[in-house]
Amino acid sequence: MRFRKYFLLVTLLLFVSDSVFAASGETQSSDFFSMLFVFVLATFIGLGVVTRVSRLLHTPLMSITNAISAIAVVGSLILTGSDYPSYITLLGAIALFASMTNIVSGFLITDRMLKMFKTKENKKP
Amino acid sequence: MYTIVQISYLVATGLFVFSLYWMKDPKTARRAVFAGVAAMAIAIISTLLEPGIVNWEWIGIAIVFGFVVGVPLSRVPLTAVPQRTALSHAFGGLAAGLVGTAKYYLWLYEGPDQLTKFRMIAITIEIILGYLTFTGSLMAAGKLQEIKWIPQRPVTYKFQNVINIGLLVVAAIFGILIIINPIANSFFFPVIIVMALMFGVLLIIPIGGADMPTVISLLNSYAGLSAVAMGFVLDNKLLVTAGALDGSSGLILSIIMCKAMNRSFTNVLFGAFGKAQTMSSDVEQRAAKTETFDGAAQILEQASKVVVIPGYGMAVAQAQYKIRELYDLLTKQGIDVKFAIHPVAGRMPGHMNVLLAEAQIPYENLIEMDEINSDMPQVDVALVIGANDVVNPAARNNKTSPIYGMPIIDADKAKMCFAIKRSMNPGFAGIENELYYADHTFMLFGDAKEVISKLVQELKGS
Repeated sequence: MRFRKYFLLVTLLLFVSDSVFAASGETQSSDFFSMLFVFVLATFIGLGVVTRVSRLLHTPLMSITNAISAIAVVGSLILTGSDYPSYITLLGAIALFASMTNIVSGFLITDRMLKMFKTKENKKP
Repeated sequence: MYTIVQISYLVATGLFVFSLYWMKDPKTARRAVFAGVAAMAIAIISTLLEPGIVNWEWIGIAIVFGFVVGVPLSRVPLTAVPQRTALSHAFGGLAAGLVGTAKYYLWLYEGPDQLTKFRMIAITIEIILGYLTFTGSLMAAGKLQEIKWIPQRPVTYKFQNVINIGLLVVAAIFGILIIINPIANSFFFPVIIVMALMFGVLLIIPIGGADMPTVISLLNSYAGLSAVAMGFVLDNKLLVTAGALDGSSGLILSIIMCKAMNRSFTNVLFGAFGKAQTMSSDVEQRAAKTETFDGAAQILEQASKVVVIPGYGMAVAQAQYKIRELYDLLTKQGIDVKFAIHPVAGRMPGHMNVLLAEAQIPYENLIEMDEINSDMPQVDVALVIGANDVVNPAARNNKTSPIYGMPIIDADKAKMCFAIKRSMNPGFAGIENELYYADHTFMLFGDAKEVISKLVQELKGS
């Protein structure tokens, strides 16, 4: 299985990061592990759900996941909106513009493509 | 307030999962968009409710510009969808990179003790992934759009892989240094950014058009993973989950694409498919048989089962509407017309399906490669439209061929085969195609759209 390689890699990374923490004498926040749990479980859900996606819809799938990963908008909003130095606001605003573009164009084009998939019965106008 | 925000993030996560789940069938798929939009709206509104938000004018300007650019980007012709997708991966990478950069400098100047090891690891991963996705995707979009100053053919040079991997290793070493001491080594930060930007360009330069479906999927995965890293930096679980969904979707698509080409990730990224070009010149000149449009139309009329095999040539010629006319004429005469779709046909996963759906061909007639291959011996006419490598029998028979082992659509097993092609030039990979010289194969030379319209004329005239 191809996935085995990735699991090995992740385990290795965990050990490395663990030893970095240990060497620095920093206490590990339990947050790190709760985040990691969330990430791993979400990846499993993602793998499970995406393998079921119809092969017909791989292009719309890619454009909708594009829009979904533009959830980076949350981070950009906080950076832009908070009372930070102006260069931070500027960086945040560019990031916000980029994510907003992805959200708008991603969802609109997905919907446009999905409207085109028709069966024989509902094909006739 | 905190509780409300967290609960709304949880709802948004659930909606995102449902959104992907509903993509399982074209019948439920439009619900997926509604779920996605709802989730995104919930996430944005609940973030704006946070008490720290004061710069409303900046937020307003950025959102308005996002709409101004985003709406036209969603109106592009469907043949340009691969470029648009690559471009939006670039935007995703850019957003992740910029947020990572801003967070680092914010913490560096306003509270260096906040730069914990864990946060630094996440920031380093975020900026490397983000910026390399940014330039890499821009390069891919440029290649797909065929912008003049970006070379279309794969560019290879000596020690290419050594240079690429070396660059990444050096960036990783700088990354480790900055993780160990984020304050004293802060001058490494812009260096890492520049290296990641360079690495993205160098990674895409050696990649040719035939590999684009895999590369776009891989960049999709990177864009998702950079959002995950941002989630770790900002301690935000919604970012982690949504990013993980995108990352795993990109991963699965790239695995499907790799399997459809019988290649591995490393082979696609570091194998430089372009090297195959030099090998084909020593094949002796053979003549392929041509057929007149009149004759081809007559043969099509007498068939009872026709399979159309579209490829990138169909997209280039924008031939899908003419194909639709041909499809209508043939089905009216009681001929069974199916479309055989190879997973890597075109320039991105599912490219052919979308184009044929645009021309309103019912999607139950779009058949996957694995399903149609067993029927191919019973097919009277296989009509190859602008496809090349995906029907090359060398993938089955010729062990020395660079594409040996790649699963193909067995057009050569049909009783008769017509191949529409602009000229006898070998395709992108530069591999000679045995199919064109087979006894029962006849060439129809010309632009796919023109050839199909001539066939349609002949069929109408008879």
